[in-house]
Amino acid sequence: MLTFIVRRSLWTVLVMFAITVLVFVIFFKIPGIDPARQIAGRNPSPQILTAIRHEFGLDRPFPVQYALMMKKMFISRDLMSYSTSTKVIPEIAAAAPATLSLVFGAALIWVVVAIAMGVAAAVLRGTILDPLLMIIALIGISMPVFWLGEVVNLVTQSRLHHSFLFSWVPPLGYTSFTQSPVGWFKGLFFPWITLSILYIGFYARVLRANLLEIQNEDYVRTARAKGLTERRVLLRHVLRTSMITFVSLFGLDFGVLVGGGALLTEVVFAIHGVGFLTYQSLTNLDLPVIMATVVYGAFFIVLANTLVDIAYAGLDPRVRPA
Amino acid sequence: MAIALTESAEPPAQAPEDLAPEISGRSPWALAGRRLRRNRIALAALVLFLLIVAASFAAPLYANDVAHVNPFVNNLNGTTVINGHRIPLLQQGGGVLKLGETPIGPTWDIGNYFLGADQNGRDVMARVLYGGRSSLEIGIGSAVICCVIATVLALIAGYFRGVIDAVLSRLMDVIWAFPVYLLAISIATALLTAPAGLSIGPLHLVASSLWLPTVIIAFIYLPYVYRPIRGNVLSVAEKEFVQAGIAQGASDLRLIFSDILPNVVSQVIVLLPLMIATTILTESALSFLSIGVQPPNASWGTIISDGQSLLYTRPWVSIAPGIMIVLTVLALNVFGDGVRDALDPRAKLRVEG
Repeated sequence: MLTFIVRRSLWTVLVMFAITVLVFVIFFKIPGIDPARQIAGRNPSPQILTAIRHEFGLDRPFPVQYALMMKKMFISRDLMSYSTSTKVIPEIAAAAPATLSLVFGAALIWVVVAIAMGVAAAVLRGTILDPLLMIIALIGISMPVFWLGEVVNLVTQSRLHHSFLFSWVPPLGYTSFTQSPVGWFKGLFFPWITLSILYIGFYARVLRANLLEIQNEDYVRTARAKGLTERRVLLRHVLRTSMITFVSLFGLDFGVLVGGGALLTEVVFAIHGVGFLTYQSLTNLDLPVIMATVVYGAFFIVLANTLVDIAYAGLDPRVRPA
Repeated sequence: MAIALTESAEPPAQAPEDLAPEISGRSPWALAGRRLRRNRIALAALVLFLLIVAASFAAPLYANDVAHVNPFVNNLNGTTVINGHRIPLLQQGGGVLKLGETPIGPTWDIGNYFLGADQNGRDVMARVLYGGRSSLEIGIGSAVICCVIATVLALIAGYFRGVIDAVLSRLMDVIWAFPVYLLAISIATALLTAPAGLSIGPLHLVASSLWLPTVIIAFIYLPYVYRPIRGNVLSVAEKEFVQAGIAQGASDLRLIFSDILPNVVSQVIVLLPLMIATTILTESALSFLSIGVQPPNASWGTIISDGQSLLYTRPWVSIAPGIMIVLTVLALNVFGDGVRDALDPRAKLRVEG
């Protein structure tokens, strides 16, 4: 197990290195682009361009340029945004709590609802409810999340805002938990639901397929032959095995969402998290911010993947390579 | 992003063991086709998808001959006739706040601003149809390019193994470790800000071209197709008939394309509709973030984005293209499930058990 952890961690470091190289190549080395002009934002003066060329070592060899960029991003953490004249890394750190609040709440909703839907569909197999639940899940998968968010806004902020149902919904935006726990909850309620719908659909479908597959396993037949109740077979034997797939998928998706995948939801609901920061810098073409959010987001995801793999190997000895 | 491909990493269709007399002597493809034809829901989904494709590609016809509008030219001072009254397309002080200009809403009269106008006085219905054309071209194009390149790479890696396999697979691992939206955002911003566009050899892409998002989206999904297919190639390459081919002195090309490819192609076909669904959603998201399709072109994503400022006064500008996306992606997902059930021998279990 220890060798597995060591090998997996080495691979993680290697992937992180490869990601930084890939980002570096994308932003600095694509033929036909001038990195100084890219970093400077809109309409830079010649002086700024020269300063940037010097600061990022653009007149020096490739490895030096790479090392300088990495130093700015991780060691001195003084990467500047030339559009807003602020340091990028502290800005990302300040935006992180909003993203974490959004993703944690949505994850809680999607796990509970997806398990309920998947199990219900598998148990109700042969009735009309099973295909009905699966069609609902499929519709959830087929909706673009930013569009769903706009429809939700249309209903809760405008069309039905004055009805008793939605009059409690605050205007768009994020209130931090320390400022007002109630405001935090109210403001995030609909973003949570919107973000979780895609994952509810996806997880319910995977779980149902998995449950039905496991129904045919020998150990399930044994459990039935022992005379266990259907309920006990389902909860203790079938669902428990399905959870292996479920948990590993969950780890990956959770990592992706915290690492920037919640971007679209944040934009539609004006939640000022890391994704919103990326979006703002997209509209300003503020390259240093985009670079930093991409690298930090990707790092978080790679780290989450590693933790999932190690946890998975801990749970299931078959995964561990000899 | 959750990709709906995880369940389909299964071996290709092979003749089921319980060959009934009526189906013996038919090719697996004929059997799969028959299974698919019997699946009414999947066929209905296919028809819906084809209808959307036909309507989108008939966009110029609609704009020129039915609505008589040009949906790419601003029409701020335009007028139209409703109930015998000539009214301007952009009305002063409409909407809830009675401030600024508000475009006319849906008339529900086909050929006369059916879905209303947007803030530039352009016909929303015609734009949605044109937008569908871009979205479908990019979605289908990138999914096909992605599947073809990934399959070729997977065949090369799985057949030759060794160093080639190691290099290709590690490269794919790195792309895979990169979250799709962040990778797309990085490439798109870098390319869109490049003044002269991207030139790789004879290939020249400018920012306004639909090829740019197509290539980006095809690239980011490569590993999602490459990984399952490479695994399959590895196992097929071990089979006795490939060994027999080697013993007979067949060339590498012949072994790859005549022996191995036919055995993995069904898996690619299963992946394709689901990939198109995924790429259409990705395109709409990138366009919504203004890093996909660039003006003057429109796609469903850009129209939703344009309609954001009109959301509370003229919601149909945003709602209509979204409904088109949902219908298209839903149809593709349902059809894709049908194709999988038809080509996958284990589907029998799923349908009857």
